[in-house]
Amino acid sequence: MKGQRLRAAAEALAIPIGALAGALVVFGIFMAALGRDPLEVYALIHRGAFASAFSWQNTLARAAPLVLTALCVAVPARVGLMIIGGEGALVLGGLAAAVIGHALIGAGPLTVKLAMAAGAVAVGAMWIVLAGALRHYRGVNETISSLLLTYIAIAVFNHLVEGPLRDPASLNKPSTAPIGEANMLGQLPGLDVHWGLGFGVVLCVATYVLVQHTTYGFALRIVGGNARAARLAGLPVGTLLLLACALGGGAAGLAGMVEVAAVHGSANASLIAGYGYGGIVIAFIARHNPLAVLPVSLFVGGLAASGGMLQRRLDLPDATVQVLQGVAFMLILASEALYGRIRIFQPRDG
Amino acid sequence: MHDAIVSMDRRRALKTLGAFGVAGALTRAGRAWAVDKLVVGVIYVGPRDDYGYNQAQAQAAAAIKRMPGVAVVEQEKVPETTDVQKTMASMIEQDGATLLFPTSFGYFDPHILKMAEKYPKIRFAHCGGLWTEGKHPKNAGSYFGYIDECQYLNGVVAGHASKSKKLGFIAAKPIPQVLRNINAFTLGARSVDPKITTQLIVTGDWALPVKEAEAANSLIDQGVDVLTCHVDSPKVVVETAERRGIFVCGYHANQATLAPRGYLTGAEWNWLTPYTMHVQDAQAGKPMVNFLRGGLKDGFVKPSAYGRAVSEAARKSADGVKARMMKADFVIFKGPIKDNTGKTVVDGGVSHKQTDVVLEQMNYLVEGVIGKV
Repeated sequence: MKGQRLRAAAEALAIPIGALAGALVVFGIFMAALGRDPLEVYALIHRGAFASAFSWQNTLARAAPLVLTALCVAVPARVGLMIIGGEGALVLGGLAAAVIGHALIGAGPLTVKLAMAAGAVAVGAMWIVLAGALRHYRGVNETISSLLLTYIAIAVFNHLVEGPLRDPASLNKPSTAPIGEANMLGQLPGLDVHWGLGFGVVLCVATYVLVQHTTYGFALRIVGGNARAARLAGLPVGTLLLLACALGGGAAGLAGMVEVAAVHGSANASLIAGYGYGGIVIAFIARHNPLAVLPVSLFVGGLAASGGMLQRRLDLPDATVQVLQGVAFMLILASEALYGRIRIFQPRDG
Repeated sequence: MHDAIVSMDRRRALKTLGAFGVAGALTRAGRAWAVDKLVVGVIYVGPRDDYGYNQAQAQAAAAIKRMPGVAVVEQEKVPETTDVQKTMASMIEQDGATLLFPTSFGYFDPHILKMAEKYPKIRFAHCGGLWTEGKHPKNAGSYFGYIDECQYLNGVVAGHASKSKKLGFIAAKPIPQVLRNINAFTLGARSVDPKITTQLIVTGDWALPVKEAEAANSLIDQGVDVLTCHVDSPKVVVETAERRGIFVCGYHANQATLAPRGYLTGAEWNWLTPYTMHVQDAQAGKPMVNFLRGGLKDGFVKPSAYGRAVSEAARKSADGVKARMMKADFVIFKGPIKDNTGKTVVDGGVSHKQTDVVLEQMNYLVEGVIGKV
């Protein structure tokens, strides 16, 4: 039993790492074709993302917002829902946080921060629950509806930020009124990385325990495996679906709160940066395992950090860096087909 | 050559690559970069070949690259989040940059302000007019141009070219800077013929190519025969106008190659002027000029060369206004001016010169613009 578990873990590590190595080789050939030295490219990737304390912080800072938005995909995926609308939950969560933060200026900073977080989580959760409810009660495809809800969320966000909620002092960059310096979240102690990373790590571990080691999580997985069978077994399928959506949406809403409270200080269009979409690919590479979201985010953050280095030193356009990301994601996703097919990782039967 | 590599013993090839290649590459990448040069970092929010906002900056970056003793590092498509803070820090820590041009408007607050405080010896030159004396750090600054002068000239040329007397303007957001361009364009056109109107469509964001194309088509369907815009990349608007056989005025950079038939002229930034000033000050070790602004006469903006469709009369009247602008003898926002609801917004006898801060709070559309703020 134990040996089998070890083998499965080794398989889950070896396959993506092999795919990654393959991606680096392919990208190296691509670079060589462009007349660049592949070894210098690898050295720059390493230097940009992982070679020094500075580059590690760079990687972590870029990974931080993605951890939470990845959960918005990974958790609903456990009940079989493909939610890709984390961006909408993020911007509306951020907006809620900004409004609450400004309204409560003067209250104790801890109270304000907790209220901002609670408001953002509630709004984010509600937004994704909408997609879940449409699916459960009306049979609307949740992938499409959550994506379309994102467009609605952004339109509502822009309308409010440029209209009723606009701070008159924000002239050429329409923003809500600031939440005030005292209510800002600040950085993780000793690091130049904001609290989003801390929240992300805690939530990933917590959801992992919840999904893998509680009866509630077991019920979620059964619904994901076969909703009909789950219903026959007497599980409250609808409630479980909506709860999973609420958890995921809440995580994305919290990511919005962190962007407002740790970075921008108010809600404005800079919040719409695509972090919600960035989380999708992470969740898929992590195979919707909340714990695996952490290393995968680190990897994606590292790619982003070293992508900048490649642009600057080799004078390459951003598109070239996207080739590296694209090749890596494609190979990792394609490598899924290898699970259960490499003999050394399979249990030896008698 | 290729055969030689293939036929080489694989193990030996790997060994060689491992031993020499990696070590060599590591030292090359790790070596201090561009020693004895002023390293300048330029950051763009979009692609630098966008025929628009970013390209205008990239053209200046390409030009300062050729200055002696200057090395330039560039990074594009950097969002206005902690990403840009880390990009600035990377340029400073990893590339040795001491002068940065983070060019997107949204980079200033909080990102540049935060980095300027953290790196007090580094110069941060931001595009926009946000730097304020006494409020913002001395190692940060703004550069910007009075592009409404070129928009007024666009309007004059458009006014001459239009037969339907209907012009179209596609704008990203109804913010003061954009309203000022719409108004200057319309005032220019109505100086030619007061019957001219400008139909306005606001898309809602800086880069929405699909909406911009839809807006362009719908304006043309309504009888508009000269289009212009204020979005990050005018490419789609210019191409749509050319395909539909109407005239177009450019913005940000030169789009003449996209519309050889219909391109009249355009309002272009000339960022090389402030870039050169900042680079020279940095090289000489002089303190940075925190607030740089200028119009046509200072070389901060320039009109595109007239297209072949521009008539002799149009050239003459636009050149006349331009000559007065070059002598600082022309005021665009000169009363009396009414807005499009009939309210007087600039009283008779009042002249708002370019430096007048009232213009930076513009919240109206002048008479002749069909649209709402």
